[in-house]
Order: sequence, then structure tokens, then C-alpha cells
Amino acid sequence: MSFLSIRNLSVRLKKGPSLLRRVSLDVAAGEVRGLVGESGAGKSMIGKAVLGILPPSIEVTGGEILLDGVDLLQLPPAQRRKRIGATCALIPQDPLTALNPSHRIGPQITDRLVDILGWTRPDAETRARELLAEVQIADPDRVLRSYPHELSGGMRQRILIASAFAAEPKLIVADEPTTALDVTVQKQILKLIAGMQARHNTALLFVTHDLGVVSKVCQKLSVLYAGMVVEDATVADFFAAPRHAYSAALLAATPKYTDPSAGLQPVPDAVIAAVQAEVAAFDKGLAHG
Amino acid sequence: MAEAKPLDGRSLVRRRAGLRLWLSAGWLALLCAVALLAPWIAPKDPLAQDLFLGRLPPFWVQGAEPGYWLGTDSLGRDVLSRIIHGARVALTVALVAGTITCLVGASLGLIAGFLRGWVDLVISRLIDIWMAFPPVLFSILLIAVLGPGLLSIIIAIVVIDWTRFARVVRAEAMAQGAMDYVASARVAGRGRLGTMVREILPNVLPTIVVLLTLEMGIAVIVEAILSFVNLSISTDDPTWGGMISEGRTSVHQAWWVLVFPLITLFLTVLAFSQLGEGLKDRYDPVLR
Repeated sequence: MSFLSIRNLSVRLKKGPSLLRRVSLDVAAGEVRGLVGESGAGKSMIGKAVLGILPPSIEVTGGEILLDGVDLLQLPPAQRRKRIGATCALIPQDPLTALNPSHRIGPQITDRLVDILGWTRPDAETRARELLAEVQIADPDRVLRSYPHELSGGMRQRILIASAFAAEPKLIVADEPTTALDVTVQKQILKLIAGMQARHNTALLFVTHDLGVVSKVCQKLSVLYAGMVVEDATVADFFAAPRHAYSAALLAATPKYTDPSAGLQPVPDAVIAAVQAEVAAFDKGLAHG
Repeated sequence: MAEAKPLDGRSLVRRRAGLRLWLSAGWLALLCAVALLAPWIAPKDPLAQDLFLGRLPPFWVQGAEPGYWLGTDSLGRDVLSRIIHGARVALTVALVAGTITCLVGASLGLIAGFLRGWVDLVISRLIDIWMAFPPVLFSILLIAVLGPGLLSIIIAIVVIDWTRFARVVRAEAMAQGAMDYVASARVAGRGRLGTMVREILPNVLPTIVVLLTLEMGIAVIVEAILSFVNLSISTDDPTWGGMISEGRTSVHQAWWVLVFPLITLFLTVLAFSQLGEGLKDRYDPVLR
């Protein structure tokens, strides 16, 4: 039984185009699933739908999001938020805007534990110190007293990771957690996330556009195009032999740093045309059936 | 070379901001003290007329009478005493009207910017309609309906100027609402109200403080304008606007009746706006 199970989820702009087209995917407890695709393919949208933070201009038009067997979309908003808050967490994309500039780091980690999950303050503070040590921050006490702008981007991303794991969530959505970081820091952060995930046995939905990252962190992956899952495979199978022409082209387009003379391989126009035809046929099928 | 310190941009900015803050806060504190103690420290009765002492010049000009430091107006009333008593009206209007305007406007702006949707639609249209009224005519109309008096002035300022706060705070709240930390708070299970008060408000607060001090300055000006057109409180009570209005008629014979209240008004409005900037520089966590 998978912890998160999305069934035929459709999302669109209010009175506008579809953004997700009957997306289905599963994340088992302790499993890492990558979500890959181009910009605008709907990768982040899936994560946002699961966490209930879709912008007000976007509506869910159908499908189910089963979290531990309960359909979140059927719950009243207050209960849904409670359930999500108790079991899920987010590692956001941009560490520069993901910490509140007006509060010190300490309260930003502990307040949620105290206010929402009912921990005592000393417990929460001890926990925050432990977590910062776990994400290899050398001087936790000083960092807890700092304001976000006093810390570097890499440091802030470590804090966000620590904060996400604070309440021992069952599922974490990582929304391109390394995209905004310097390349030299990316690898450390990836290792850190993978390590934390394994130690805490947390299910992870890893949104990224970097197949290299997927190969290092994930066990399964879903390839998206225009809000449609074009391939759902284990990482081993995918890198051995992608089944869909678009995923094969995407894989071929990944730059090879070992061979700089090879140049960049764009996804061929024919493949794009084919996958777009697929999407159009899918929409037509929806309209008629 | 002994005292050489490392060159740090922050300390330079901070020292300048500090001077600005202290000068403006100092002037306003002085004004508050003077207003509170007006009956005891004003050298003369601000309403006492003495036609034999009309249009006395300030103390350093030939022909001044001792005790009338800034001279007298055409009815022989002491200019300094009238300025001191006028500070009571000016500061009451500034503090009360400014604060209420801020509370009303900032709350509506925050709600509109954070909740979006139909709430935002209603409040935004209301702001648009409000801003289409010419403010001076609107306030004159309001006073005419409400009748002159201190309370009417305060109501008029609140009713006219809340849009100033609502517009800016709405835009700021919208920008903050799109930040990832707001999404994180929502995921963690904070409700709408909690998110608004704990996550958004502290980041909008520096802007609100600057606007509040600006608004206090504007309130002083509005009161003066209304006094100028004789729509403020009763014409006997000294107000800066009323004094400017009276001084205008005799500016060629007795310039001091116009100039001293004008300088006081100018310094006060300037002090309010500089206080806001100074506070922002000092307490905004990002700038600090």
C-alpha cells in the first residue's frame, strides 16, 4: 500500500487550459520518486496539489489524492490542512525567499512544532538543535539566533531541510531544492537530502528538471509533458531503456560533461510533434468521453 | 592612524540614519511636551486681545515689546503663545487621525492582498472609486455635512486617506504572499489568519510605519488647509492653519504672523516623514 497515491488528477486554470491531465502516480512509504519534465510540464503543480497550496487561480477538476488511504480532495479545508500539516512537509525551491526575513531562524523551526503540533518549547528547541547538527551546521546556537539574511544560500537550504524533517513527516515534497544553488553546493545538498531521507525513512516526491539528480537520489520516476505522465518507470529501467520516445529524447538531451565536443542535443521536432499529437488526442478523448 | 577603523558601508548608513532619526524625534518630542504643557509655558493668553499692542514685531526687530518673543498679530494676540496652543490641535489630529487611518487602511489592504479573490475585487474597486474623488473638495463637503469641529476633521481625514494605506499594503501583502515561506507555513498547517498575522504582517510593518508617519504629516497639513478655508474647529481657538490664513491678509505689514506658524508647520511635517524613514532604516531587519 503506497503512502501517497494520486489517481487521474486533473487541474486547470479557472476557465482556462488544462495544466494536469489525469495524472496518476504512487509513492510508497520511504520511497523516492522523481518528477521530471520541461518548464511548465506541471511538475511543481503536482507537489502543490498534494500539499494543498495551489494558487487561487487554479482549480482541481477531477481525480483523487489519497494520502494514507484518505482522499484529501474530499476533506473539508480545515481537516485537510491538519492532515497535511501532521504528515507532510515542503522543501521549497528558493532558499532566499523560503525563510521569513522578519523572524530569527530558531522560532521559524520551533513555532510550528509548538503552535500547531503541541510540542513544549524546550522539546522543540532541543529538536531544532539536533536537526541543525544533523544537517552539518557547525554552530547551531548561533544560527538559531540569526536572521535569514545573515546566512548564505547553502546554509539556508540546510535549515529548510532540517525544518522539513522536524516533525518526522511521512512525505516530503522537494520542489527543485538545488536549482537556486551554486553548483558546488548542489552536490552536498543532494547528499544531505538523500542521507536524511534514508535515515528517517521518509517518502520523497522530488521535483527536478535534472535527470542527473534523479539518477542519484530517486528509485522511481515520472516523466511529464504538458501535464501528462508519458512514462512511469523505475530509475534503473529508465536509464537502461526509456520506453517513450519523448523520455528517450530527454535523456539524450542531457549534456555529457565527459565529452564536451559532442555539443547539445535538442529534443527533435518530430518527437515534440508526436507527443503534442498524443496530448491533443487525449484532450479530444476527454471531450468525447 | 591610531583610530583607523575598517571601512564598512553599514556603519556609515547607520550613523546618517541615526542623526535623521534623532533630529526628527527630538523636534516631535519637543512639540509634544510643548503641547501638553501649553497652559503653563505659553508666555501670554493666546486669546487675549490688546489693540494697543497690535502688530508688534519679533524680539530682534526695532520696536518689539519684551515678553512678546515672536510678535503679535493685528488684534494684539501673542504669536508664540498661539503657535504653542495650536500645536495641541495639530498633534491631536496627527496622532489620532493618522493612527485610525492606518488601522483601517492597512487592515483592508492586508486582507485584500492576502486573501485575493472576491474580497480583493470588492476592496480594490472601492479604492478605485474613492480615489476618483478630488480629496480637498471631498473633505470640504464632508466637513460641511458633519459640521466643523475636531472630531469632524479626524473623520474626514480617515474617510479620505485610508486608500493611501490600503493600496500600498495590498501590493506589498500580495508580493509577500507569493513567497515560499508563506507556502511553507500553509503546509505546516497554519490557518489563513495565523499566516497573515505571523508571516505577512511583520514583513509589511516597516512599510506601514513609514506610511503612518507620512500620514501624520499629511494630517497636520489637511488640518491646516481646512483651517485656512475656515472649516476647522471654532475660529477663536488657535490653529496653525488659521494663523496662516489670518497672517496672509497682513503679510506686508506683519510678515511674522504668517511666517512663524508656516515654519513650525513645515518642520513638523518634515519631522514626521523623516521619522518614518529613520525608523525604517533602523528597524527593518533586512536593511539592518
